Amino acid sequence: MQCQICNENEATIHLTEISGGDRKEMHICESCAAEQGIIVKSQIPINELLSGLLASTPSEDELSGSAETKLQCPRCGLTLEDFRKEAVLGCPYDYEVFEKPLSSLIENVQNGKTVHCGKVPSRTPADAKKQIELLNLKKQLEEAIKAENYEQAAKLRDQIEKTEQPKQ
Amino acid sequence: MKLTEISNNINEWFSGKGPLCDIVISSRIRLARNLAGFKFLSRCSIEEKTQILEKLKDVLTSLDLGQKAFYISVDQAPELDKNFLIERHLISRHHAYGKGPRGVIIANSESFTAMINEEDHLRIQVLKGGLQLGKCAETINNIDNMIEQNVEYAFSPRFGYLTACPTNVGTGIRVSVMLHLPALKITGQIKKFLNTTKDMSLAVRGLFGEGSEAAGDFYQISNQVTLGISETQIISEFEKAIIPEIVEYETEARKKLLEKDAEMLDDKISRATALLRSARLISSQEALLLLSHLRLGLNMHEYMGASTPAIEQLCNLKAQAKRSGESAKISITTINRLFMLTLPAHLQINYGKALDPTHRDVLRANIIRQSLNQ
Repeated sequence: MQCQICNENEATIHLTEISGGDRKEMHICESCAAEQGIIVKSQIPINELLSGLLASTPSEDELSGSAETKLQCPRCGLTLEDFRKEAVLGCPYDYEVFEKPLSSLIENVQNGKTVHCGKVPSRTPADAKKQIELLNLKKQLEEAIKAENYEQAAKLRDQIEKTEQPKQ
Repeated sequence: MKLTEISNNINEWFSGKGPLCDIVISSRIRLARNLAGFKFLSRCSIEEKTQILEKLKDVLTSLDLGQKAFYISVDQAPELDKNFLIERHLISRHHAYGKGPRGVIIANSESFTAMINEEDHLRIQVLKGGLQLGKCAETINNIDNMIEQNVEYAFSPRFGYLTACPTNVGTGIRVSVMLHLPALKITGQIKKFLNTTKDMSLAVRGLFGEGSEAAGDFYQISNQVTLGISETQIISEFEKAIIPEIVEYETEARKKLLEKDAEMLDDKISRATALLRSARLISSQEALLLLSHLRLGLNMHEYMGASTPAIEQLCNLKAQAKRSGESAKISITTINRLFMLTLPAHLQINYGKALDPTHRDVLRANIIRQSLNQ
């Protein structure tokens, strides 16, 4: 398939844009896409999504191996070594302290899932409830993009915007 | 309430009633919860465990469960009582043999229990006969809401309900369905079934006895994933897809036995009937296996109209009626009672003292013979 803009190069980028219920498809080559700034634009939702998901993970130096093994929960005294031996955590705060190393483990034992979906205690503050909803929507958006289900992704994007709005 | 008040009867969920009860024994939902502001149990001192126990015991005993309930202090219970509670699925093995102050609240009907200080601070479960996950969910959700009015649970927006082991984090829900699958076993299809469930991230265990061996062809199938999938989704998958499909496999296997292997089926039922009616010593394992074949025969008669010579002979047996001791026609209740009342701890509680294995085997054989030779 040829690029719809220059009509010369092979079209390697296939865009589906949905706005206001209209669906528009575009097939273009890489250089034309770069000129139009389309690539950058199309990747924004993924970047936003990942930065959103990673926002609460530990900083760069905490991620290095040595820092990880030295990590100890200030509340219960648990270290990763203890957790490997005992297979149970020491206190609820461990989920924050060891978020990074735990995340991959949780992903493994939970069939690739990383974010809670379901019942929320009624006494949870409203902003935390909203945070949960957003996390879920973003997770669904990520899955929709992976599955190349762009119509669903567009719906989710609008829903995320709507949920985020009152905050601004 | 004393354990001897319930030890002579089978519990409600094993009474042989409820949707699809010829194959689905019971449905269970368990929720794992922890209190905010406390460490998980492995890092708690005895004082902290006592504090958690007292707090949760107070809250749980003051709830309106719609029925009476009683409390058992598990750390102080004799070994026999603990084994009895495990056999009736009222506490877990982990709870029975754990460490430190811990206890269980049991509703009189045994359809609800709350284990305090098991692996998590609180584990509540609701059990019902047959396939009734929807109803279990409704009941347990109401109870969970009532508890939450009085305590603050450890919860994070990202990981949901926080549990001591990350395998329970998120919803903290474990949905389990107990199934009787003798025809899949006899026709050699059980391995295929077990492999399929593994592919679907489901856990399968035996219902009675220790370890993963499924004594009496009873299997317990549960979800393993607790994060990123809502309670409603898990329950609906079980109730609308997974379980009906397994029930259909078992039904098909039963039909196949009847149509193509009637002699083999009849041989199994006939041998089981003869052995159970005349054995003088019988182990728990053997009793469970043979009773399973009687249960299969009776259910095939009742639900599929099967009438092979061995099934006819079985159905015409007179058995000891429920309480009065009078004889009546053998029923599923007769068999279910024998399943439960001949388990080791049940035998001993009802006998009034601990017995060595040989004496248990004699007593078990006596009870079964008397029940099936009226």
